[in-house]
Amino acid sequence: MSKSVAEKILSRASGRDVRAGDLVIVPVSRVMVHDSVIDAVMAGLRDLGKEHVWDTSKVCVFVDHAAPAPTPVVADSHRVLREWVRTQKIPTFYDAGEGVCHQIMVEEGYCEPGTVIVGSDSHSNSYGAVGAFGAGMGATDIAVALGLGRTWLRVPESIKVTFTGKLRKGITMKDAIMRVVREVGTDGARYACVEFHGVGALPQGDRITLAGMTTEMGAKAGIVVGTPEAPDWLWPDPAASYLREVTIDLTTLEPQIAVPPRVDQVVDVSAAIGTAVDIVFLGSCTNGRLVDMQQAAAVLRGRRIDPRVRLEVVPSSRRQFELAMQDGTLQILSAAGAVIGSSGCGPCLGRTGGVLAGEEVCLSTANRNYKGRMGSPQANIYLGSPLVAAVAALTGVIDDPRPYLEATDAELDALVARRRAERGDRGAASSRSGDRLEKLVMAAAPLRMQPQAELDD
Amino acid sequence: MPRAWVFGDDLDTDQIVPGRYAPFMVGQDKFHTYTFCDARPGFAKEVQPGDILVGGENFGCGSSREYAVAALAKLGIGGIVAKNFARIFFRNCINLGIPVLESADAVERIKDGDAVTLDAPSGVLRSPSGDVSLRPLAPFAREILDAGGVVAYLRAHGDFPKVA
Repeated sequence: MSKSVAEKILSRASGRDVRAGDLVIVPVSRVMVHDSVIDAVMAGLRDLGKEHVWDTSKVCVFVDHAAPAPTPVVADSHRVLREWVRTQKIPTFYDAGEGVCHQIMVEEGYCEPGTVIVGSDSHSNSYGAVGAFGAGMGATDIAVALGLGRTWLRVPESIKVTFTGKLRKGITMKDAIMRVVREVGTDGARYACVEFHGVGALPQGDRITLAGMTTEMGAKAGIVVGTPEAPDWLWPDPAASYLREVTIDLTTLEPQIAVPPRVDQVVDVSAAIGTAVDIVFLGSCTNGRLVDMQQAAAVLRGRRIDPRVRLEVVPSSRRQFELAMQDGTLQILSAAGAVIGSSGCGPCLGRTGGVLAGEEVCLSTANRNYKGRMGSPQANIYLGSPLVAAVAALTGVIDDPRPYLEATDAELDALVARRRAERGDRGAASSRSGDRLEKLVMAAAPLRMQPQAELDD
Repeated sequence: MPRAWVFGDDLDTDQIVPGRYAPFMVGQDKFHTYTFCDARPGFAKEVQPGDILVGGENFGCGSSREYAVAALAKLGIGGIVAKNFARIFFRNCINLGIPVLESADAVERIKDGDAVTLDAPSGVLRSPSGDVSLRPLAPFAREILDAGGVVAYLRAHGDFPKVA
């Protein structure tokens, strides 16, 4: 029988020849636990009657979601977590400032290709960047995995996404995955595994962007095939069957913008040019790596951001932070007026860092733009690439980054001056008036597929 | 008599309990009082144990945050009927003992405030506009739910239900 990558991994892990739709009980090669769930995880283990985790060497614990602690209640929870890590004798512990769990899990080599990893955060799909079956789960599922070293899964159907061609200058894999989400919709991959073909040779960071964003299509896992880390058996069989196949031509791809409050409400940047922003966030497990910061620095080098805009840069891990320090990238961003945050999730989920005020407009490089995600439920969040983010910080508006990358200094000055003048004093005011947003929502009208109804997981 | 609370498509976990009211932000004893505080102000005060949530597609999408489900369990929600559910939310509900059942037309037929009764064993939601049929749960999930959740199941049986 021909198998998809998901069917191969879950057959191997369960020791049975399984196919999509089967239920399996599989050992997990790692369990990832993060700060915000620790109370519920500890309660779950206690209720299970398990004093100790099943294998301390296979547990990775992170303080990243609200770190450093923004309030006394969070600080108490972090203290409880540290005590738990110490009493459990878990050696793999990353405290506040070390970075986002997913970035560290992948870049420090905790994700063994071809194995099943469960994580307490929904973006645990990121581990598919190196060929692991990473699935996000709730606290009780995580407690069970910590107690038993096993979890249950329904073997998912797969969706095959093939990228062809080559990205042009000014376009990134963030644009590519937003184009995929636009096509598939926020629930188009519900319960499924998204396989990415044609991009196995990309840098690891780009692959994390792809795999992590499959969560935004409802996927159980997202796996890049043919990566350098993966063993040969991990290729899907050529005759594997797929729920759906999507092909994206990178050569003709335009910069993409997700319009609030849906991740699948995506338009080409041309439709959103001139949308005023108040704050720009560059960071997260999706786009907080050296290359993302370098792209922003290329736009901002020797310039200051628009005085009416704030820019917050949060490297996704200490490793990425230090690389960006060593090569001068952070110096450029700081000199441009950026706030540099300590590595972690930052304001992506509105718990720490620069949270949004009512009616503010944010351009974020992260992965979600739900109502209330980054602070006030009255704020509006647009998602885009690091290049779009840098241009938004520089001009105060969303714009196509390509002209900025090609311009001479004089042309760039003129372009920035023009955009700033056009922006006027809008920003938060534009939300109040409903300016543009409604039109963009109409323009985005998502092409959503109807997924197969499945109930088992 | 339990009432129905009707929601639309793509109800995400940030709408159920916004991140800023997570238990580790406001404390374990308070977070459930913020349930639907933005999406449906007053819900946490008015909801009664046994009430049923009805929704459209992709119910519970977004973060893995189990406290969204824990808040519903604390408020005594008797079950959730939707066109379909986001995967992590679905698992969390089964794990914490809240029946989650699919129905193609409940969200069209049930009106907010309708008096409803969930008859999970028969697979119907009884309402003023007649019985709405529900898709039966997989036996694996049913067994966990019947035990009151995955922790209770594992304590009673020592292992997961049999899968094959």
